[in-house]
Amino acid sequence: MSNVFAGQVLTLAQRSVVRTVRQPANIVFPLVFPLLLLAVNAGGLDAATRLPGFPTNSFVAFALAIPFIQGALFATMNAGTDLARDIQTGFLNRLALTPMRGIALLTGQLGGIVAMGVIQSLVYLGVGLAVGVRLESGPAGALVLIVLAVLISIGFGALGAFAALRTGSGEAVQSLFPVFFVFLFLSSMAMPRNLIEIDWFRAVATANPVSYLIEAIRSLIIVGWDEEALALGFGFAFAITVVAVALASMALRTRLARS
Amino acid sequence: MRALAVARGVAWRTLHNVFTNPSLLIPSLVFPLFFFVAFAGGLSQVDNVPGFDFPLGYTAFQFVFVLLQSAAFGGVFTGFGIARDFETGFARRLLLAAPNRTGIVLGYGGAALVRWLVTAAVLTIVALLVGMTVGGDGIDLLGLYTLALLVNIAAVLWAAGVAMRLRTMQAGPVMQMPVFLVLFFAPVYVPLSLLQGWIHGLATVNPLTRVLEAGRGFLAGSPTEVGVAFAVALGLAALFSLWALRGLRSAEAAG
Amino acid sequence: MTDRHGIEAQGLVRVFKKGPRAVDGIDLRVEPGEIYGFLGPNGAGKSTTVLMLVTLLPPTEGSARVAGYDVVSEGPHVRASIGAALQEAALDPLLTGREHLRLQTTMHGMSAADRKQRSGELLERVGLTQAADRKVRTYSGGMKRRLDLALALVHSPSILFLDEPTTGLDIQSRLALWAEVERLARDEGVTVFLTTQYLEEADALADRVGIIDHGKIVAEGSPAELKAQVGRPTVEVVPADREERDRAAAILARFGEPCGSAAEGVAVRLRSGEADLAEIVRALDAENLKVEHLQLHQPSLDDVFLAKTGRSLEGAGDEEEVTPAAELALDRA
Repeated sequence: MSNVFAGQVLTLAQRSVVRTVRQPANIVFPLVFPLLLLAVNAGGLDAATRLPGFPTNSFVAFALAIPFIQGALFATMNAGTDLARDIQTGFLNRLALTPMRGIALLTGQLGGIVAMGVIQSLVYLGVGLAVGVRLESGPAGALVLIVLAVLISIGFGALGAFAALRTGSGEAVQSLFPVFFVFLFLSSMAMPRNLIEIDWFRAVATANPVSYLIEAIRSLIIVGWDEEALALGFGFAFAITVVAVALASMALRTRLARS
Repeated sequence: MRALAVARGVAWRTLHNVFTNPSLLIPSLVFPLFFFVAFAGGLSQVDNVPGFDFPLGYTAFQFVFVLLQSAAFGGVFTGFGIARDFETGFARRLLLAAPNRTGIVLGYGGAALVRWLVTAAVLTIVALLVGMTVGGDGIDLLGLYTLALLVNIAAVLWAAGVAMRLRTMQAGPVMQMPVFLVLFFAPVYVPLSLLQGWIHGLATVNPLTRVLEAGRGFLAGSPTEVGVAFAVALGLAALFSLWALRGLRSAEAAG
Repeated sequence: MTDRHGIEAQGLVRVFKKGPRAVDGIDLRVEPGEIYGFLGPNGAGKSTTVLMLVTLLPPTEGSARVAGYDVVSEGPHVRASIGAALQEAALDPLLTGREHLRLQTTMHGMSAADRKQRSGELLERVGLTQAADRKVRTYSGGMKRRLDLALALVHSPSILFLDEPTTGLDIQSRLALWAEVERLARDEGVTVFLTTQYLEEADALADRVGIIDHGKIVAEGSPAELKAQVGRPTVEVVPADREERDRAAAILARFGEPCGSAAEGVAVRLRSGEADLAEIVRALDAENLKVEHLQLHQPSLDDVFLAKTGRSLEGAGDEEEVTPAAELALDRA
């Protein structure tokens, strides 16, 4: 029985990866756009490193954490849209008529996201190292960074899957993009929290879980081993993942609605 | 005169679409406000960077960029609408019905303008409400908004030209990317003098930098490089009007 | 796999949450090995009925047993026994035909060796071996439908549900699909439940037909039985010389009662059926009556529909048709 389940998960994960690979825009865009933004922002805001209290003198090193979150965001949108398309074309019904277990579908879907997450992380790290960023936490830190980035992708991916399963609509998934975008911007993305002057902005950034995800990744790059930052980052990543997977599973059960 | 009649019709319909459709209206109003808040709010410490010498503070500094950004993207959003019209076949109906087809381009342009004026008004009101200081007088402000208007016109003509050549919603990224790059390879976060390395080089040759610096000068009440800025803005508008008209011919030829 | 139980439904009802009573009390019995045609206009409730029978939509009232299992309490057993090709050819445009089969066979828990063999066999059966490694987005409508059928047959089901399988297909593809359905029923004892809005499809394929309108079955029986219920064939004659109409009428009156006809002709409803046609021709010839036009009209299933509902089947589609995807969405909203 478990062999069959494993086979189902593997095949669905494979399908998820194949679909991504066969839509080149879905690979290129999540890789290129965040790096482009990084280049623009690092160039434009390099002067900010001269602010007293700025934690590093390389804005690229400071900002390198951001592509990991943006990449997760794009991959989420693509995965969610693909799942919504499955619902709209009736492909999900086809799967529902097989002995497939719902959890296999979700796991397989997320499997594709894991694969993309690993590739994206390697690319961003590679680019960062190529432009001279030093990883203060060393090779071990790089591994931890990849694990954290992938965990974040899974969490976001499950949110995208929830949106797709709940609404059955690709447009609805796409309309989540601005929401995620807002969460990304109203965080310590561009400036350390203690250097945000405007009180309400700093308060929002402090309450925003995305700040802690960014800060955890950032700490591995510019600080080394900051236990508090890592604990908060992993903690929030796990929490988001658990909640999102639960929501997605419930939505999947409703959507499959088989007797 | 027939061109104006056609333009009026096209503009009315486009505006009606936008203002009765929250999913089209809200993003074009909300995004500029959001960027304003994120940049001016989150990055406000940047005005403490040694060498940052804009007299009115960071909010005003960012306001000019966000105003120009809203003008540019407002033009692009109208371009999306044009592409959608081609994809659904509505544009073909316009081409068949309109006695003067240049009026069609004028109409879309007019609609983009009105749409942007609404956005600019909302943005300005919000900026003033959050305490932005204004250094310039009426003439200076007229200069600022005229520059922004010209950017809007250039952007909508650019997007229209792309839309009429590609005639599909897939044209979206093709319209957006160059505008995005031109906007962001400019002194967005800090003045030109504080940029270093490759981005300084790029920003120096970027025509929008002149417009941006002149706009900031207008707001501060000490206009700078006004002639160059207007020449650039007018030049871009003229260049893209040719681009758009050639695009119209291409759409006509395709039937 | 030969079916031994067939399909049964009693008082099946489906009401949507803010909406129509899409299925309004359906009783039916499909015998094992039978091809049952479910005929009705758009919006009649055909697809909703199918969705309930394949366990994708719970009935609001009533019960059904498919392959001997209850659709509500024994869903997994039902699904293991049936194959379904629903209204949308639910395929992934980015995958190839072969990849679809690999996915489907894996979902059914087949071993690697079995998967390969079964995929090859089915591709051959539906004539897609050449196109197997092309992405589905390059397939024609007919090819997609064939792949759809192959996927439904992967686990050798004993009951097959086909929801409007030939809508939008060209003649060749339609005939090929009909041939395959007949073969499955005849040679493999598969029970086929087929919905269609095409008269000729029901006529050609089905052993028995159920005509559905506004969620209820209005007539049921073999095509011949149904047509016989409505009437006997008629013969219409248009004489070459219009003055001869009365003479033609008198000759035809020997074979049946007069009935309505075109202005220049005369028609009778045959007492004994179409066997009389040869006699009629001989009789007209014997009386030296030259005929410009002679036609035998058989009652059609449309006549049956008209008799039962007062409307013609063709063009009777409901403006408020709800597509299956929309139905499921309505249900889940």
